[in-house]
Amino acid sequence: MTASPETIDGLEALAYAPRRERGLVRDALRRLWGNRGAKAGMAIVLFFIVAGYIVAPFFLPYNPRTDRDLSKRLGPPTQTNLFGTDELGRDILTRIAHGTRISFTVGLFAVVFAVTVGTALGLTSGYLGGALETVVMRSMDVVLAFPALLLAIAIVAMRGPGLNNTMFALGVTYIPIYARLARSSAIGIKELDYVTAATAVGVPRNRILVRHVLPNSLSPLIVQFTLNIATAIIETAALGFLGLGAQPPSPEWGAMLSNGYKFLTVGAWWALLFPGLAIIFVVIGFNMVGDGLRDALDPRLRRIG
Amino acid sequence: MTSYIIRRLLSLIPTLFGVSIIVFLFLRMIPGDPALALAGEHATEENVERIREEFGLNKPLPEQYVTYMAKILRGDLGRSILSRRPITDEIRARFPATLELSVCALFVALVVGLPAGIISATKRNSVFDNTAMVGSLLGISMPIFWLGLMLNWFFAVRLGWLPSVTRLDSAIELQRITNLIIVDSILTGNAEALLNGIKHLILPAVALGTIPMAIIARMTRSAMLEVLEQDYIRTARAKGLVERVVTVRHALKNALLPVITILGLQVGVLLSGAVLTETIFAWPGIGRWLYLSILSRDYPIVQGMALFITSLFLIVNLLVDVSYALVDPRIRYE
Repeated sequence: MTASPETIDGLEALAYAPRRERGLVRDALRRLWGNRGAKAGMAIVLFFIVAGYIVAPFFLPYNPRTDRDLSKRLGPPTQTNLFGTDELGRDILTRIAHGTRISFTVGLFAVVFAVTVGTALGLTSGYLGGALETVVMRSMDVVLAFPALLLAIAIVAMRGPGLNNTMFALGVTYIPIYARLARSSAIGIKELDYVTAATAVGVPRNRILVRHVLPNSLSPLIVQFTLNIATAIIETAALGFLGLGAQPPSPEWGAMLSNGYKFLTVGAWWALLFPGLAIIFVVIGFNMVGDGLRDALDPRLRRIG
Repeated sequence: MTSYIIRRLLSLIPTLFGVSIIVFLFLRMIPGDPALALAGEHATEENVERIREEFGLNKPLPEQYVTYMAKILRGDLGRSILSRRPITDEIRARFPATLELSVCALFVALVVGLPAGIISATKRNSVFDNTAMVGSLLGISMPIFWLGLMLNWFFAVRLGWLPSVTRLDSAIELQRITNLIIVDSILTGNAEALLNGIKHLILPAVALGTIPMAIIARMTRSAMLEVLEQDYIRTARAKGLVERVVTVRHALKNALLPVITILGLQVGVLLSGAVLTETIFAWPGIGRWLYLSILSRDYPIVQGMALFITSLFLIVNLLVDVSYALVDPRIRYE
């Protein structure tokens, strides 16, 4: 049977028509944008970025060492001090806004550190297998068996309190999560045909790891990364609260809470309430973006939820 | 099943051995001399030397490790450097407090989280579902020390409804048998202590239980949603079973596996949380004690507790694996 000339023309026309490309990333972004929760989460995160990086330095200038007004000690919320003042008469709203930068920096760096080290360990041990895999993964199990916060406390105690050590300590406790995720992706991917093909044409192993295995195991890592920033912000605050993180007069949220706690008995609830709310909102923001990313990147789960 | 449990218990030995080596080396990598820290800033050289001698810190590392392991095998975790009390005695005195708090926290988490997850899944996108999911998002996003402080301030300080610190009013006398206040007061028939002990438990248990509660609710909901789409649920409905029976007997039973897994992982969350909760509520458990020991570099305590906590974690996860077989008859351990 011969096709009529019109059909062939039609087919040709179709073949040459510029089709809008829709790759995996674009698809995922579209789904993410269609997710109400994720959008709300992004709005919250953006709000804090604007507040911490633009509004605070330019419109709420503040010097943690000199900015104090003892005549306004522990003042309740008023029109000039929306969130009240602390025991040195410092405006709590200003301090929270400046503290945003600390939480974001510590959270981001701790997680980036963990992702880098954990993914490298997990991918190589999953792809290469053998004794390396056993040693790496068993060590990861041991780290995971120990409560994360206690491990972080131990590391900070050994290296001395401060923000840099907080970042490092939290980062170390998160490494096993990424090592496990990356390994489980890698052992699946290394059996796939395109890896076999690449091996067959003589692509070196480290190139296969970086060009084929890594990009294809990214989605669970991206989801975990986002959710992990939320955890890191809470745990930075926890270490600050225990006096191991940022040191006074730094406006770190956890340190502000531990400070505010001392004045609760005299009724200064605002010194405790508002820094806590700031933590909750930022963390909710990252959690919502993370949940949205999971739905967007994992089509299997899209049905549910 | 029995042989499986025995095999799993035996496989704990190499893991714990690994943990002991890692903890041992980790503590010795710490810059700073423990003997120096212990003797104080103005100690003489002889004093420092005497402490090194006493705790065997002047011996080569492998020898220190062998001595240490030999003691552990005899059930001796060593003595605290600061208080000089045997660590096993300290654990016996303090662990029940943390255990009681954690069990109550988990109880609160299950009693609220499980039904919330089930109802959310069956009434998907309803007002209840949305409220519960916003609530659980709030729960996993809240720093528990902040929640603890707020609860303490509102219910204990402001309203005065509940006691704010410790496990029992000091005026109440209770004969300690297990050192679990609820159990002891029931055993000795002491109603006053029972009531008082429960009052003291409420605030810390709610604070500590919030994260597990939120996690359980979310996990139950998504596991239930997955199961509710299965063919056998449609079959169960088609043959005319009451919705409640479908939900509980057919769906929930099959949705429980991931929930139990999550439950096992809460041990770490509870112990981490215990450090903060015990600090806020002046609870005399192992969390705060371990935290203070880490700060004061009391190595034997940190070493002993690391082993204790890891064993606890591994045993709970063994129990979780065993309970799979109870929930799901398809899972058999040979």
